Amino acid sequence: MSTTDLAPEHVPSADASTERAPSTIGAPLVVAETVISASDAKVIGRSFVGASLLVLLATTAVGALLGAERIGGEGAFLDAGAVPQLFAGFRVGMVYGVMIPLLLGIAVAIVPLQVGARSLAFPRLAAAGFWAWVGGIVLIVISLANNGGPSGGNSKMVDLFLAAHGLVVVGLTAAALSVATTVLTTRAPGMRMSRVPFFSWSVLIASIGLLLALPVVLGALIFLYVDHRYARAFFGGNEGVTEWIGFALTQPATYLFALPAIGIAAELVPVTLRTRMPLRGGVIVGLGLVGVAALAAVTQQAGFDVPWAGSNLSLDGLSDKLADLVPYALFTLLPMLGVLIVMGLGALAAKPGPDRARPRITAAFLFAFFGMGMIFVGMVGGALTPIVDLGLQGTVFEEGAFVYVAYGTVLGGLGGILYWAPKSTGRVVAEKPALGLALLGVLATILASLPYYAAGLFDQPAGSAIFDYDGPHALWNLAVTAGHALMALVVFASLGLVVRSARHGDLVGDDPWGGQTLEWLTTSPAPVVNFAETPTVMSPEPVFDVRGANAGAETGER
Amino acid sequence: MHALPAAPAPPARRQVFVGTALGGAAALMLTGGMLGIWILMRERSIAATDTWVPDDVTVPEVPTNVMLIGVLSLLVFAQWTVYAAKRKERLNVGLALGVVALFAVAIINAQAFVYSQMAMDVTEGGYPGMFYAVTGVSTALFIIGLVFTAITAFRFLGGRLDDQELVAAHALYWYVVAIAFSAVWLLVYVTK
Repeated sequence: MSTTDLAPEHVPSADASTERAPSTIGAPLVVAETVISASDAKVIGRSFVGASLLVLLATTAVGALLGAERIGGEGAFLDAGAVPQLFAGFRVGMVYGVMIPLLLGIAVAIVPLQVGARSLAFPRLAAAGFWAWVGGIVLIVISLANNGGPSGGNSKMVDLFLAAHGLVVVGLTAAALSVATTVLTTRAPGMRMSRVPFFSWSVLIASIGLLLALPVVLGALIFLYVDHRYARAFFGGNEGVTEWIGFALTQPATYLFALPAIGIAAELVPVTLRTRMPLRGGVIVGLGLVGVAALAAVTQQAGFDVPWAGSNLSLDGLSDKLADLVPYALFTLLPMLGVLIVMGLGALAAKPGPDRARPRITAAFLFAFFGMGMIFVGMVGGALTPIVDLGLQGTVFEEGAFVYVAYGTVLGGLGGILYWAPKSTGRVVAEKPALGLALLGVLATILASLPYYAAGLFDQPAGSAIFDYDGPHALWNLAVTAGHALMALVVFASLGLVVRSARHGDLVGDDPWGGQTLEWLTTSPAPVVNFAETPTVMSPEPVFDVRGANAGAETGER
Repeated sequence: MHALPAAPAPPARRQVFVGTALGGAAALMLTGGMLGIWILMRERSIAATDTWVPDDVTVPEVPTNVMLIGVLSLLVFAQWTVYAAKRKERLNVGLALGVVALFAVAIINAQAFVYSQMAMDVTEGGYPGMFYAVTGVSTALFIIGLVFTAITAFRFLGGRLDDQELVAAHALYWYVVAIAFSAVWLLVYVTK
């Protein structure tokens, strides 16, 4: 028995019901007790997902507020001191409150099922990570609300912001460690690394990337905290906060956080097309290339200056230019190539064949597929921003790219929630309204980000609500406001739909989508120990194989 | 009806060891990231004011060198625990873990001595704050290691003699701490 296994007397039997005995302390307290004391990966994962969706609602509201503030270009209704706090709140909320925890939460719940494990590795570490993250997020909100974020005027609240930021980073690192260890050590017999499902692969790469990148952020935060609290000599005080931790809140570091969303899309392509994914190794390479973005965070690379035309292309100072071009190519272009590889192999899977079943387009697939597309558009923006001759640096163009990547990640995450909902609740989310929400989500993402690509070309400054330039800035900022508001609506409706479906949705069997990976072998909802019997895996698509063998046997009997 | 063949639940593949390796990588990134900023700020400070360590501050070299020797010696005993655990020599494991803990306490004590000798006020300039931050993180790694040693001792001496993986993970952690401290020693205490 491993050191971290539960003692046998504490492991529920395989056929144990997940239902609890009637309680005398009331349902809300039972739920609270379940969440607080949880060591079941599915409960911890659901807690991460639910809390991050609530943060997402708040963050989209902040995005809409900032868009509205910028419609007139004169700073309409917000206090001048509050605007930088809201900009910081939007970035920090999206990255540390939504992108990372949303996908980590799905991973915590689903990865053990996908790799055929009885439980998550170090479940209590993941649970502790969740509570550290929640506590940190609450303290960040308190500090921002009291003028304490980057450039904030309340020094004690700035200290609180930095400490809370550190708590969030520690919590997410703990959860990432738990998930990465699960993939590496708890796979079912026969599941070699080459047979690990795409989502779990993407999570492994992202988790290891987080384990390398987040401690670097933590180190900067420790320096900032000590310097800001005691001396304010080296790091620029409150004004220096963004300079020192901003690298984790922008491209290309955000590609690392978005990686599991691309993994969800890669997972859903063969299921939707009802075929095997061709060249699996190529998809894994593509996911790995996106993971190269981790190096950008490790090296604290927030921006580049890439010469493109004119005298900048002369051979003078070639070594300096290479010093810019190499990280540019490594951190910005390779992740794009990775997504292109995943998309290309997905298209290859769509190639029609004589015995192919008709594709089954689901809402989950639409969410994930368009999410990956949005992330790619954001990557294109991220690749254009550093080119000096385009003059996009310091404009809202970068903000547009960030929103594309962030909302693309959210769409991917929502796709994952819909796809794996049966494993959590035993019921499917209603397809028709979910399909509509997927399309609305895409519209919201485009509205919230594309106008900033245009406004960036007209030099609308980033991080400011006061500007003046020739161009329909009122229209663009209005569209952005509408986009954020629409995204808030989509998230709210999706959340409502999932909660409603959990109670009243159609009961489904173990495998409602024709899935290919191990999680579809166990019951819906999955029991606490995940599998009644540990399966032996003999291919990357074990459930697809079993289904094919059974279909062949039935045909033979007839 | 076809189904995947069932297998007995496999033992986790060295879960604690792999988890410790990943956590150790994170600890090295934390230390490395901080030392990267240390080097940058040192370079900036020297370029701007021609000073880095304040004139009235002396970094005591003897205790810091002893700390390094202590860390390297600790590794020998950490490895001894692995050697003895493989042979299920409970007494030797206990003895080695005790010496590891003793060295860790001595190193933490030496760090406290360095702080008292330097007597730097954290509010006076940027260097003291950075010094306390880097060495504080390094000390925290030692304290975590001490807790790890205590847990390993309780588990192994409590009768779980088959749990050699935990002892190996414990040794791995101390190797990580030794690497991290060696870098801190070189950049903070020697190069300054």
